[in-house]
Amino acid sequence: MNPPLFRSAVARQPDAIIYLDGIEMPARSGESLITALLAAGLMTGRSEFDGSPRCGFCLMGACQDCTLWAISGERLRACMTEVVDGMELCRLPPEPGSQNE
Amino acid sequence: MSELHPVVIGAGPAGLACAKALLEAGLRPVVLEENPRPGGQGTRRLSPLMTPEAERLFGHAQAGATARREAEEDRVLAACDWRPGSLVWGIFDNRLAILRDGRHDSLPYDRLLIATGATDRIMAFPGWTLPGVFSLGAAQVALKQHAAFIGSRVVLAGASPLLYLAAAQYLRMGVRHLTIVDAASRAQKRRAAAGMAMTGLSTLIEGLRLLRELRRPDVRRIDGADLVRAIGGERLEAVEIRHASGRTETLACDALAFGHGLRPETQLAELAGARFSFHPQLRNWFPIIDADGRAGQRLWLAGDGAMTGGREAAAYSGRLAALSMLADRAGAASPVTREARALRRRARRLRRFQVHSAGAFPWPHEQAAAMPDDTIICRCERVTAGEIRKAVSSTAGPVEINRVKAITRCGMGRCQARFCGPTLQELTAAASGRPVESVGRLRAQAPLRPIPVGSADEEARA
Amino acid sequence: MTQSFDAVIVGGGLFGAFTGLFLTRMGKRVALVERGHVGAQSSGANFGKLRLQGRAIEQYPLSLAAQSHWENFESLTGEGCEYDRTGMIYLASSPDGRQKLLKYAQNSLACGLEVEVVEGEALRRKMPWLAAQDGMIASCSTRCAVANPRLGTPAVVRAMLRGGGVLFDNAEVTRIAHGSNGFTLSGPTLDTVSAPVLVNAAGAWAAAICAQFGEEVPLIAAGPPQFVTEPLPYTLRPSLYTIEGDLLLRQIPRGNFIFAGYPRTLANADGEHTLVPPQKTLAGMRSVARKLPFLRHAEVIRVWSGVEGYLPDMLPVLGPSQTTPGLFHAFGGSGGGFQIAPAVGENLAYQICGRPPPVDLTRYSIGRFSSNLVVSEKMTSEFDPSGYDRRC
Repeated sequence: MNPPLFRSAVARQPDAIIYLDGIEMPARSGESLITALLAAGLMTGRSEFDGSPRCGFCLMGACQDCTLWAISGERLRACMTEVVDGMELCRLPPEPGSQNE
Repeated sequence: MSELHPVVIGAGPAGLACAKALLEAGLRPVVLEENPRPGGQGTRRLSPLMTPEAERLFGHAQAGATARREAEEDRVLAACDWRPGSLVWGIFDNRLAILRDGRHDSLPYDRLLIATGATDRIMAFPGWTLPGVFSLGAAQVALKQHAAFIGSRVVLAGASPLLYLAAAQYLRMGVRHLTIVDAASRAQKRRAAAGMAMTGLSTLIEGLRLLRELRRPDVRRIDGADLVRAIGGERLEAVEIRHASGRTETLACDALAFGHGLRPETQLAELAGARFSFHPQLRNWFPIIDADGRAGQRLWLAGDGAMTGGREAAAYSGRLAALSMLADRAGAASPVTREARALRRRARRLRRFQVHSAGAFPWPHEQAAAMPDDTIICRCERVTAGEIRKAVSSTAGPVEINRVKAITRCGMGRCQARFCGPTLQELTAAASGRPVESVGRLRAQAPLRPIPVGSADEEARA
Repeated sequence: MTQSFDAVIVGGGLFGAFTGLFLTRMGKRVALVERGHVGAQSSGANFGKLRLQGRAIEQYPLSLAAQSHWENFESLTGEGCEYDRTGMIYLASSPDGRQKLLKYAQNSLACGLEVEVVEGEALRRKMPWLAAQDGMIASCSTRCAVANPRLGTPAVVRAMLRGGGVLFDNAEVTRIAHGSNGFTLSGPTLDTVSAPVLVNAAGAWAAAICAQFGEEVPLIAAGPPQFVTEPLPYTLRPSLYTIEGDLLLRQIPRGNFIFAGYPRTLANADGEHTLVPPQKTLAGMRSVARKLPFLRHAEVIRVWSGVEGYLPDMLPVLGPSQTTPGLFHAFGGSGGGFQIAPAVGENLAYQICGRPPPVDLTRYSIGRFSSNLVVSEKMTSEFDPSGYDRRC
């Protein structure tokens, strides 16, 4: 496995669990979602158009590159959202359903 | 009719200085900030996880100064109508459209200061969309807000004083194997140094001190080299650079942060009615303001969002804008006090410093013409340089940048051209053979950030 | 030096472009003069609807003729414009709307447009994604389509150029002289062009040309509030329009949902832009959230409008001038110009060449404003109550 994209600059003791596409992963309450994901060696999603991976670029809420979805359907920017224990996240918009006839 | 409270958008150094001056005059400004915490970009506050590391990150003296400044800011905000987490997403008819905590609000104003700062100015290059490639600002934000480094073997590249500040902070926090690829040659920097010394000696000395700090065996500094491409499959593995001699070199790394100076965040100013002019040295568009930052009948702009100048200039211009607002309230055209004159002088000098420093950290506009056709320019919509060139050179094709955007979709995605806009501007100019100022300026469109459809439905929320 | 043509068209929007294309196909030498860039205003910024439902019965000949051209756009111009026969759902929620919808459906059927009317359980089954309410009724047409307005006009202009037409863009016309040998036009960046025929296709700016030739038109400049969401999985093919006008929505295959709705907003005093008041964007978002709950979390990424020319009876002005031989008008699409544009160009070209047009254009004559002015009910229902009053 590749080394993680992020390396924590401080001692990082996970005290929470979050779920990414149903898979459980440790995280630290109050840290940003992007830290939790990238420090665990995961990526945040893929481009809708060419499928290439995207993991954030500006880390300050402007580029929208680290988009994720809460299981409730709400879109989140991983760099602007803090970890809360038990969070359930998806890397694709959850269950859009088909609106075609 | 009763008078409305003045409104300040942005709680960075400019907005806070303005708010403080308004408070001193007995007014209670409304302060709106998108982030949950005040601070701004360059002076971004540390996340609670990083606060214990402040001395290590900033050094003892600066950590103390920072703590005092932040305590002062907190006192100011406590006396204001402080509304963190407020996204101002539109401005129309002297009212702000605000989304806060999932609720929409409309706030009228008589006098408005917009101090939305600046972000990285990016020239795209092949491979810049690979995971592991970040903006230069992001390298710093990673540390301050996310308590993380962007990788283990880090390359910082481009043309910006932030290269050296970010490098020093990474080293202080324990990163080894750092490479700095500065696009400007030493000769270019020496040439710019005279003007910088005349307009901002202390900033220049601060910069030289950083350079000394970075003189160590585990830091490699390369001057006068350009980014050729970022290499990797699913993520960054190496970056190829071209030295001034023309020789290319591949640097193995797992993280790259790059940027080419700053770009003002002017979308809200534009929606509020500001007009723009082209700055030939900085090769970019800036809002038109008077000496006090006034941009319209009810509109003032301050800080880097009005004109690049850095933290101190932001604070001076913010205070000056407040004095101008107060003069306007009193029916005067502009403030005539000795303080106002001193502020004007100081802010002007620091902003001139930035113009001089553009010589030391030049915008690499010439790269647009040489960029390979398959380079992705718009990361949201995945539009390539070749598609843009094809559109511009087609018969009856567009040569005005907003039309190029409309036809190629470059800049139409979620980020609304914040990161591809500067490259698109240069590519359009290069492909049409026109001067960059004649291809126009990308117009701002609401909303400032994406807003969820359901947020407008009050009933469902209740 | 003066360049001479058979016809000069002022305005590089879709009306002007199609008129130019058909004229060149009829062997005429054409100059298309555009003060900015082709297709930049309402021709390029509109919703892209090629809808046939919901039209006054008298408009069908023009609309149906136009639709055939859209269906053959690629062979007509040699380029695509993302034409897509997606079908269209026309939806009514109110008792009033229901009556209107049934009347429109009757019109459609009478004019040869097949529509299927559904309600109740059948509607719920057909549109499970809709927050259906009792009393809702929908008529569905498969022939209605959409196209990308940003691509359409440049494609038509290029086809005209290949046929020998000449484009003068970035060429504002500041002077039009009229004499025995026709019209002579010039401007700061336009060398003199002349022709015996002048086509006024200047869109929202056409009234000035009318005025010069002693014709007054009550043209107003306005635009609908529009927005687009982030890209989402492609799931909704047909476009959806409510008869109440609070919702026009379609999804493009790339995934973005595009919204338009009423009430429209009058253009800025400068006449160059229409700004969208945030409350109209919010009202649109509310309609989407309530009717299509699966889009509650979709995020709006860009808001825009356009500058369109509207006339009080919501019909365009097409055909010869009443005062000046050789002058022809084609403007005032009134929010429906995009769809009819190919037929406008074709029929006008016939008239200009002195041949009887396939569709009778009499009802679109500029002469209709000289007598009793008919105000369309759409004018009152699709604009702010302030009506003609300019936003201050």
